[in-house]
Amino acid sequence: MNFWIIQGLNGLAFGSLLFILASGFSLIFGLMRIVNLSHGAYFMLGAYVGLSAIEAGANFWVAILLGGAAICILGTLIERFILRRLNGQPLAQVLVTLGIAFIIADACVWIWTGDPRRVPMPSELTGAFRVAHLAFPIYRLFVIGVAFALAAALWFLLERSRLGAMIRAGVDDLTMARAMGIRTSLLFSVVFCLGSALAGAGGVLAGPILSVYPGLDTDMLPLALVVVILGGVGSLLGAFVGSLIIGFIYSYGQALFPDLAYVILFLPMVLVLTLRPTGLFGRQAI
Amino acid sequence: MRAPAFNWVMWLVGLAVLLVLPWLVTSEYYVNIASQIVIAAILALSLNLLIGFGGMISLGHAAYLGVAAYLTIYLTAHAGFGQLSGAFIAISSTTVLAMLFGYLSLRASGLGFLMITLALGQILWGVAYRWASLTGGDNGLGGMERPHPFGLDLNQPTIFYYFVLFFLGVALLCIARFIQSALGQSLQGTRDQPRRMRTLGYNVWLIQWLSFVFAGFWGAVAGLLYAYYHQFVSPQALHLTTSAEALLMVIAGGTGTLFGPVVGAALVVILKNVISAYITRWLILLGAIFVAIVLFMPEGLLPGLAAWMRLLRERFHGGKKPTSVSAVTKDRVL
Repeated sequence: MNFWIIQGLNGLAFGSLLFILASGFSLIFGLMRIVNLSHGAYFMLGAYVGLSAIEAGANFWVAILLGGAAICILGTLIERFILRRLNGQPLAQVLVTLGIAFIIADACVWIWTGDPRRVPMPSELTGAFRVAHLAFPIYRLFVIGVAFALAAALWFLLERSRLGAMIRAGVDDLTMARAMGIRTSLLFSVVFCLGSALAGAGGVLAGPILSVYPGLDTDMLPLALVVVILGGVGSLLGAFVGSLIIGFIYSYGQALFPDLAYVILFLPMVLVLTLRPTGLFGRQAI
Repeated sequence: MRAPAFNWVMWLVGLAVLLVLPWLVTSEYYVNIASQIVIAAILALSLNLLIGFGGMISLGHAAYLGVAAYLTIYLTAHAGFGQLSGAFIAISSTTVLAMLFGYLSLRASGLGFLMITLALGQILWGVAYRWASLTGGDNGLGGMERPHPFGLDLNQPTIFYYFVLFFLGVALLCIARFIQSALGQSLQGTRDQPRRMRTLGYNVWLIQWLSFVFAGFWGAVAGLLYAYYHQFVSPQALHLTTSAEALLMVIAGGTGTLFGPVVGAALVVILKNVISAYITRWLILLGAIFVAIVLFMPEGLLPGLAAWMRLLRERFHGGKKPTSVSAVTKDRVL
């Protein structure tokens, strides 16, 4: 019984990290039709930036802000000067983001070497939370809390604000949204900037749990893809539910059959693609 | 401006160069690189079936190379199968895998297809990496001997080169035949006008699926030869970078032509070997080439260079109004 609770919470924590990554990815894909294959690299680079900030003496919270801000600036520049030039050529955009992902990945090995590094945990969140005879790391509970708060904030942004209404209009019908006078180019910049910032900050947040190592990018990117395939394109709820499903499957899988944890990831994909190709909460086929 | 699939002069010149190559280069090192090029060319040819003739951009084509290579080595070196039965089982199981992956990937088209192929490919990589008891994990799987078909000693680099060249020849013939067949023609129809093809009563899904499986089969053949060449396989063979390299070969050579991928494979393999001899930063270069191709030569590297040359010539001779690069070649890859 304890095993199931502990692994369930671990799955929830991993799913939370995944949500922080995948929500931005899904929004960018839904609105801009860009499959941002650099997203995993943003996540990793954010973690490295945060790590360097901490090693230079900054505290953990400043490091998260710095990681998010650095990737936000990088993403905005890439969107403004590269992706926008390729507007309307989705496959060209995908290849550019793939190329950028390789460049970032190799540059990280260059700068931070190939050794795995653990981002130190903030001192106020170390230790374990005890209920009865169960102990659970406070930091993981904190990560879960952050993801739920983020989900609520994004929901509010998308469903209750004017900006969100414009984004939803863009996801549903871009041409129509433009015809109604919505400045879609500005919208694109905002969403790409937001998604990049989330990836960067999420990387720092993941640092104490996953640690940072070369290959973190290509470990996380396919999981984000699977989340979007499961949850549906451009759907916040889909990204949330998909992240938690993958988090649980991954966590239980690794604990129960460590060899096969990756094989099990095929299962939800096979089911969803066979039974409901639009994803659980998507309105359009991917 | 799509180049004709068949061009007999090109065929003969290319064939002659490939046949006399071991006499042109003296050292075994270069013969081995030539073998690598030939194997990569088979992989690129099969991917080009999807990209060039089917308009399906796959980022998971390393799956068939890697799975066939893993199966070949596992079966012959670790499970006690003979060379022939091992090769047969490896290729047929990989083709069955292509049937499953094709079924899943073709639930979507365009970007969705690309995402699913990438995700499936990377999950396979994760399986190879983590399932260490079966695949050796990061250390990979080795210990296999090259076979001795008909008494040929494949450990001899020159003989091995002709061995793989034979397969490339068969692949070229089969794929050329496929492209000209009714199925191949209708595949190109689904690439250009899927909706019209559907209206005309073609089963677009089936055409694409059969082509996907056919491409997977040739990817598996490349994997078999890869296993023979390296006598070793690691998760790297399944990694996204391997798929991306194959994609680069196709794009560099110009998609939708029969010979383009062969030239592209030569370019990428030579570049990779040359670069690796001096620095360890191949991945940065790979990324930079992708970005550069997309931004400056969307028609592909070879056609793009040709267009630039034409542009330069026009600038120098006879003051004709320079046409823009993409206006010269309307046939864009992307």
